[in-house]
Parts: sequence; structure tokens; C-alpha cells
Amino acid sequence: MLSAQSLALIDREVAKYPADQKRSAVMGALRIALEERRSTGETPEARCLNQEVIEFVANYLEIPPVAAYEVATFYNMYDMKPVGKYKITVCTNLPCALSGGVNAAEYISGKLGIAIGETSTDGMYTLLEGECMGACGDAPVLLVNNHSMCSFMTPEAIDKKLAELK
Amino acid sequence: MAVFVNGVIFDGVDTAAADAWRLDAYVARGGYQALRKILDSKLPQEDVIAEVKNSGLRGRGGAGFPTGLKWSFMPRSFPGDKYVVCNTDEGEPGTFKDRDILRFNPHALIEGMIIAGYAMGTKAGYNYIHGEVFAEYQRFEEALEEARKAGFLGQHILGTDFSFELYAHHGYGAYICGEETALLESLEGKKGQPRFKPPFPASFGLYGKPTTINNTESFASVPFIIRDGAQKFLEAGKPNNGGTKLFSVSGHVNRPGNYEIPLGTPFSTLLEMAGGMRDGKKLKAVIPGGSSAPILPAEIMMSCTMDYDSISKAGSMLGSGAVIVMNEDVCMIKALERLAYFYHEESCGQCTPCREGTGWLYRVIHRIANGEGRPGDLELLDSVGNNMAGRTICALADAAVFPVRSFTKHFRHEFEYAIEHGKTLVDHKWC
Ligand SMILES: Cc1cc2nc3c(=O)[nH]c(=O)nc-3n(C[C@H](O)[C@H](O)[C@H](O)COP(=O)(O)O)c2cc1C
Ligand code: SF4
Ligand code: FES
Repeated sequence: MLSAQSLALIDREVAKYPADQKRSAVMGALRIALEERRSTGETPEARCLNQEVIEFVANYLEIPPVAAYEVATFYNMYDMKPVGKYKITVCTNLPCALSGGVNAAEYISGKLGIAIGETSTDGMYTLLEGECMGACGDAPVLLVNNHSMCSFMTPEAIDKKLAELK
Repeated sequence: MAVFVNGVIFDGVDTAAADAWRLDAYVARGGYQALRKILDSKLPQEDVIAEVKNSGLRGRGGAGFPTGLKWSFMPRSFPGDKYVVCNTDEGEPGTFKDRDILRFNPHALIEGMIIAGYAMGTKAGYNYIHGEVFAEYQRFEEALEEARKAGFLGQHILGTDFSFELYAHHGYGAYICGEETALLESLEGKKGQPRFKPPFPASFGLYGKPTTINNTESFASVPFIIRDGAQKFLEAGKPNNGGTKLFSVSGHVNRPGNYEIPLGTPFSTLLEMAGGMRDGKKLKAVIPGGSSAPILPAEIMMSCTMDYDSISKAGSMLGSGAVIVMNEDVCMIKALERLAYFYHEESCGQCTPCREGTGWLYRVIHRIANGEGRPGDLELLDSVGNNMAGRTICALADAAVFPVRSFTKHFRHEFEYAIEHGKTLVDHKWC
């Protein structure tokens, strides 16, 4: 179900915790599973976590599937719903809003022609609003696919970024 | 942007240099000397803890609890497993200092945690890193690898019989995991739901073992304290407020960024360092310690110095040191609405007063902001708040109530006007 490379990465996570505490690796393992699906999935449905992969991770870590499922649904960054090839999460919390966070989200929404929370019909982009990313000094900030933080996203910087995300 | 004026953690760190974070650069700045000093002289654990106590270091994560005292609660001679855990789950809106520590000086944190491990007799530690900062998580893992290779971390550190392992754990988007017991649950691979206290982590922490949790900046201050002495650290600040502190300045200033300055520095000086007000606008209000701290109007703020005691006397909290600056164009109802939404969204839902109360607060503030406020809404906010604060498992409920109380206290006329006229008094502009 997951590639050998992903399994090796999960093993590295497992090794961080005491031998009888494999469960601690579930957050890392779900992240790695999601990354594999994101990078190989051809459709929004194929890019998010689903029951099958969550169960696979649970079995791999020898924990009950419901334990892994609870974690996948509790933390915001795990995609449990179909998601575009590029998920763009803009921070609109107060500190960012004071330096253009809300304006950035509106600008992207206008450019992509999708509302916040939506995925474009071609399955390319999902636009979300996020909470504080711990980077308020670099506002406006946004995350592309959870792991790539982009700072100082003025309209010009957004234009440039969107041109890269093809 | 990172701007460091002087201070303890960023002393000599050239943030513009690509390799400033690497082990070599850290050692060249005097890094790992504190650890060597302890191991070479076989400094007793009590002496390390006494030094941290004498430095006046207070926890930089929000509550300001004396770090040395916290360390002394650990059962040092308890023979079983014990842990030190670092809280880099920085998610308190306005706070972005711990990210810069991982980015520019991760070895200060690593050395601080190793020393903590030594002082409390623990063999292992974890650093819990905020989900949204993946690049910093990766860098921290690389720094750990450097420290292991150089013999500062792992088995038989620097050839002695002291061993300590340290790992990074990556969060995945839940503000509540910054609360220390939620963080422990999360480290155990569970939903991040805070635990009842007592028992406290010092007796029942990670995997049920004695555990000490400190903020990134707290740990990262320790190498300086051991190397240069408690007295020097204490003198960098003021009595009962030892050391320098990182302030994350955001909002309507010309140069947002982190400023490491002596505790006790006047707010007006910090504002000047941050380039003053953007576009020459007037200062209206400041949240001085992260979104959970009560807001203070400009006049009060301008008379404060930046330290635990002064800010607390003014009716707020120094908290995490996140200074959110707002100008005259901000409608206080709109600003509060954004924060109320955040707390509602991030409540973990296990206590009814918090789960339901944060929703009520948000909905009432939302309707006032939209000109649909009703007579009695301010009293309603009060009564909802009174039913939340102090009645829940963790302090998130209080954190949600503080902003509501302080905004409606200091800017009451704006709320009254909006309820009466069906529109806000201030023609709101975010920026
Ligand atoms: C809702 C909530 C969120 C918190 N978030 C953080 C955080 O992001 N970082 C942090 O260091 N402490 C946070 N804290 C405080 C921690 O519970 C804990 O007091 C702190 O990590 C202890 O470290 P210190 O003594 O070095 O400050 C939070 C507390 C609460 C109630
Ligand atoms: S106060 Fe709120 S966040 Fe804290 S434990 Fe209760 S429901 Fe969860
Ligand atoms: S408020 Fe946007 S990163 Fe902190």
C-alpha cells in the first residue's frame, strides 16, 4: 500500500520512541502516508487520506485502527477530504490580518476563481484559511501543501508563486 | 524578518549568514562550552539547578514560572525513566520567536536540553515542533545529527558516563498541543486533549513517567546562564525578571520581527526599534503577550516597560512576548471577532463550558461586528465568560475569555455604538 521509501521513513519515526511506544509514531506515519498520496495521486480523491491507508498505518504500527483514525481527524493538517494538487493555506489570524493576510486570501480567491474552502474544478488548487503559523512577522504568509511556507506574499509575490504552481 | 539587537540567545548570531545555525558556527560563538564546563568539573546536579534558579529565568512559554524551581520538582534520584520535553508548538497568535531559534541557533536549544537532562537525571528528551514549520523541523533534525556526530549528544557524551538522547516530534496543526499535557498526549500518539492536573507532569508525564516541559526560549537561555553565570543573566534584565527576552513584534509597525532586549526595556523603545508606526498612523492598542493576553490601550501601553511585573501591573500579561500592534483604523470588534473565531476553532471540545462557550462568544461578537448586535449582548458576553473562566480542564477557556473582557472593557463605547446603531463606529481597515 505504501512505497518502500515511505515505510523506511516511518521506521525512522518509530525508532525515536521506546520499543513499547510505537503508537507515538502515528503522527509522523500519517504525515508520510499523506505525502505519498499527495505526490502520486492523480485526482483530488486520491490525494487525501482514506480509511484504507489509515488502517494500513494502524496495522503497521500495531495499534487499533480507531486510534489512528482519531489522530487523523483531530489534527488540521491531515487532509481527510479531496484536495487539489496544490493546497494553499493562507493565515488570516489577527496578527497576519494586520499586515495583509485577509487581503492575500481574497486576492488568491479572485485569481483562482474559487471561494475559501473550495477546490478548483480542474482539481489543481484548494484554497483554505489557516490559523497562526508562527510566522506573523513575515505576513502575509501561506503554506503550499503543508510543508512549504511562503513569506511576504504581496499580490506580486502571489502572482509569481501561482505561476510556479502548474 | 529577524532583527536581533543584542541579548543572550542571539548574541553573535549573524542571521544573514547561511550557515549561522550549524554546529561549527555555534562552537565558534562559544557554544557547548557550558556543557563541557559541567562535564569537566562533574558539577553536581543541585548546583546546575541552583544556577538556573539564581538567574531569575522565568518560563518563556507564557506562564512565566521560574525555570529553576520547576527543575527542582523533578525526582532526580528516581531510578526509572524520566523525560525532558521542549515545547516548540508555538501557535499562540503573534508569537514567532521559537521558529527563529530553530532557524538560526538550534544548537543553543540542544545544548540547553542536554544540560537540563543532566541536571534532572533524565536519559531522553523530545522537542515537539509546531506542524506548520516543516523546514525548521528538518533543520532541527539535521542539527541533532551534527551534535550526535560531534559527541555532544547520545551515549557517553564527550567520553563521560553521561548519556542523553534527543529527538524531534512534528505536530500537525492543533493549537491546543501547546498546552503541556495536551502536548504529552500528542507525543504519545493520541488526540491532543489536555489532562486533569494534578497529577503534574513532574510526577506523571510522558508515558506516565516524571517529565519536565519547558519552552524553547527557556531551554535556549540555559547555556548562557551556565557559561557566563547566573549573575550576568540576571543583570541583563531586572530583579525578579532576569535576562533578556525575545519579543515578536507584529502588526502595524514598519519593521515587524523579533527583538531580543533586556526585560524592563520601555515599550516606547521597543516600538521605535520596530521602526515605529507604519504610515505614520496613530497607535490605538497593543496586545502585549500573545492573543490570550488582555489588550491595553495606547496610553497605558506607552507607560509600560516590557517585563512580567510591569505588564501585569497594567492589567495584562507578558505571556509569550508576542506584541501585536494596532493602529487607529482597526475596529476593535472586528479584531476581537478574529480572535474569538480562533479559540472556538481550536477548543479541543472535552469541557462543555469551553466547547459551547467559545461558540457563543464567537457568534455574539460576529453579530455585533455585522451590525446585528442586540441590546443585552454585552451582558451576555459577560455571563458566558463567567461560566467559562476557571471551570475547565485547561486554560484555553480563560485564554478565550481574557480578550473578550479586556476589549469590551477598554473599548466599550465601540461595542455599545455598534449595538445601538447597527454599524461599527470605526470604518475598519485591516491594513
Ligand atoms: C492553550 C494553551 C496554549 C499554549 N501554547 C504554548 C506554546 O505554544 N508554547 C509554549 O511554550 N507554551 C504554551 N503554553 C504553556 C505550556 O502549557 C507550558 O506552560 C509551557 O510550555 C512551560 O514552559 P515554560 O515554563 O518554559 O514557559 C500553552 C498553554 C495553554 C493553556
Ligand atoms: S478548556 Fe477547552 S481546550 Fe482546554 S481541555 Fe477543556 S475543552 Fe479542551
Ligand atoms: S498570525 Fe499568521 S502566522 Fe501568526
